[in-house]
Amino acid sequence: MRQKLLIVLAIVACCAFGATMAHAEKLTLGLKGEPTSLDPHFHNVAANNMQSLYVFDKLVRQDTRQKLKPGLALSWKPVSDNVWEFKLREGVKFHDGSPFTAEDVKFTIERIPNVPNSPSSFTGFVSNIQKVDIIDPHTIRFTTEAPAPLLPRQLAAFPIISKKNAEGASTEDFNSGKACIGTGPYALVKWERGDKIIYKRNDNYWGEKMPWEEIIVRPITNDGTRVAALKSGDVDMINFVPPADVDGLAENKKLVLSESPSTRLIYLHLDTDRDDSPTVSGNNGEKIKNPLKDFRVRKAISKAINRRAIAGRIMDGLAVPASQMVPDGYEGTSKRLKPETYDPKGAKALLADAGYPEGFKLVIHGPNDRYVNDADIAQAIAQMLTKIGIKTEVNTMPKSVYFGRASNLEFSFMLVGWATDTGEQSNCIGALLHTYDKEKGFGSSNRGRYSNPELDATLEEALVTVDPEKHNELIIRATEMGIGDLGIIPIHYQVNIWASKKGLAYDGRTDGYTLPRNVKVNK
Amino acid sequence: MLAFLIRRISQSIVVLLVMSVLVFGGVFCIGNPVDILIAPDATPAERDRAIHELGLDKPLPEQYMRFLTDALHGDLGNSFVYNEPALKLIMQRMPATMELAVTAMLMAVFFGIPLGMIAGIKSDTLLGRSIMRFSILGFSLPTFWVGLMFIIIFSVYLGWLPAGGRGETVEVLGVPVSFLSWDGIRHLILPAMNLALFKTSLAIRLSRAGVQENIQMDYVKFARAKGLSNTRIIGLHVMKNIMIPVVTVLGMEFGGLIAFAVVTETIFSWPGMGKLVIDSIGVLDRPVIVAYLLITVTMFIIINLIVDIIYSILDPRVRLGDQN
Repeated sequence: MRQKLLIVLAIVACCAFGATMAHAEKLTLGLKGEPTSLDPHFHNVAANNMQSLYVFDKLVRQDTRQKLKPGLALSWKPVSDNVWEFKLREGVKFHDGSPFTAEDVKFTIERIPNVPNSPSSFTGFVSNIQKVDIIDPHTIRFTTEAPAPLLPRQLAAFPIISKKNAEGASTEDFNSGKACIGTGPYALVKWERGDKIIYKRNDNYWGEKMPWEEIIVRPITNDGTRVAALKSGDVDMINFVPPADVDGLAENKKLVLSESPSTRLIYLHLDTDRDDSPTVSGNNGEKIKNPLKDFRVRKAISKAINRRAIAGRIMDGLAVPASQMVPDGYEGTSKRLKPETYDPKGAKALLADAGYPEGFKLVIHGPNDRYVNDADIAQAIAQMLTKIGIKTEVNTMPKSVYFGRASNLEFSFMLVGWATDTGEQSNCIGALLHTYDKEKGFGSSNRGRYSNPELDATLEEALVTVDPEKHNELIIRATEMGIGDLGIIPIHYQVNIWASKKGLAYDGRTDGYTLPRNVKVNK
Repeated sequence: MLAFLIRRISQSIVVLLVMSVLVFGGVFCIGNPVDILIAPDATPAERDRAIHELGLDKPLPEQYMRFLTDALHGDLGNSFVYNEPALKLIMQRMPATMELAVTAMLMAVFFGIPLGMIAGIKSDTLLGRSIMRFSILGFSLPTFWVGLMFIIIFSVYLGWLPAGGRGETVEVLGVPVSFLSWDGIRHLILPAMNLALFKTSLAIRLSRAGVQENIQMDYVKFARAKGLSNTRIIGLHVMKNIMIPVVTVLGMEFGGLIAFAVVTETIFSWPGMGKLVIDSIGVLDRPVIVAYLLITVTMFIIINLIVDIIYSILDPRVRLGDQN
């Protein structure tokens, strides 16, 4: 018996030892989301977009603060109002050894609108490209319908695939690995759905040298399990550390926390359009004319919200009070806008001034499984509003029910989030604050139907102004108009946290992506 | 026997039809999957295009009829989210769930029944009482909490076993299984124990009750009078008689184990079907939800059938098809 026990122990020891030996060459990541596909043009969603950067490269890269940097394109410049020229990097090879040329770029742009059954396509990023001209294998020109100042941003939104390997390939061919051949730092070995994705280093990579021969990405959706997997040493690093676990992990000497602000804005949208709004009523439940149309009432709501308390208590410090669409330091942010200060007295005065000294009744709707502590934030806001006399009821629901109903305009007052994935706020203004316009494609997420013709004109002008300074100025002006008028009420930006084993750290990204090139090794 | 089978199968088809109508209508009522899947800055035109591509612009009865025609040809539709056949996605995940469920069931049978019998025979001893206390714990502690405790104790503090995932798999006839590699077994132990806990407690209770009831019966007294050894009486005669309720209940529970292992799968990030279907419900991926439920219902029907057949073997007095 004792002998058997010894043998078992010996085996266990060998396994444990083997595991530590392998660690130097292997990086195991425990990530919250799993991509729905490895086809980089199938589904425009963060988990997919992040994972595609392991295998593929984009023409234009975004750095950790989402500033544009050369990727597969070395440089770019507008040659006329409607034409952009991109110089491509030479000597880049795909994983199968074939060279990367302008043909691959052209092929990629032509494929994007034609990915079958895509539930959320990338078409919007290429729809204004009218013509692609290959000048030579490493020079390419894009002709757009109208001047397109944001083209480099648009081209930083999707990766380039290989014409040779992906011509005629289906989404399934990418998932199986057959067509999943890129120029990126890692090549796909195998995707075991639900369990892990295995990558092997691309030794001919044109960019940063990667220290790990193998990367294993394990999707661990449950927050508690993800934290436990790190603590037990199953994985080397995890993303989206839940705020409640941060203190515990910070005390652990074997672990390192890395944080970064994010572009995930949590905001309130209010019905500023209809006179008879569905979830607003008088103090006795009678119908009243929608008070949210009155700027003073919106201002009172904004003043009644204690953003510091929400960031500090509900978010455990992992949020930054917000003043506009994206955090300070981004292109197109206004220096004049500041987070609204908490002022319940001023709020009450504004309400009285607007003709609601006794307040009114309101329902706040929000999701309860979408953003960090979303239901708790809604609860807190309801209490703060009730304090100034707006008796607010909370109604939260799963995201699968919530977003459909919100887009159907069934709510008057709602908590929503927005992540500026492009690192630039014009698409956010266009979707949230521009007048809803199906023809022109604006206002798709304008669930309050805010409308301000002056803002519309300013934004539309910015979208065709190629001069970067003028463009920025117009964007700032549009932001100031929309936020100044409280078309939406910003609450906070989420802060993202990564936790890793000692010896590793993460150069946190505002887009929340976990990329191998941003993992730092401290010896 | 044949008439019994035919009747069973025709009943099953009706059940499947009704269920598919319910799920179809139910998911339709919840909302439009495109609202969750699409990028929030997509233009309304893009949204319309996505809705059209997924066939969601057609009236519901038409969508259902199309599904039904395809289903009769063995095609349960493509997942909205993964753009792959729903059936294939589920089948890919099924071995993992099956392995977990079978392991958990074996644990429940091999620990639960003997422990229950001991508790039944020695009900007044410390051992018997401890077994019963354990079974009360097993019943009343919530699965997710026990799972997290297992992880904290065995993975985080002791570091003996991995906290989740499936580990190394070995292919047997093209089906990946964990139990043939040491790494795979290590990954299997905690989730299987977690899943088995409730069923073990159930097996303990059932077999204890059975033993206590049977031990008073005349046939046991008669066997004792005849001078049969205790082992033979308990191990053969009593055992046979307590097996009927145990087989019935555990058989039904096995179906549940496969279909609803989702809590354990989520906590241990075990790549099984339960996790797939929960993710799919979250994004209203109707083809996967419908296909999953159709498969689950079929499985329950088959398990019921097998239980009935085993019944007739265990108890010769039961004749299949003679009920009416």
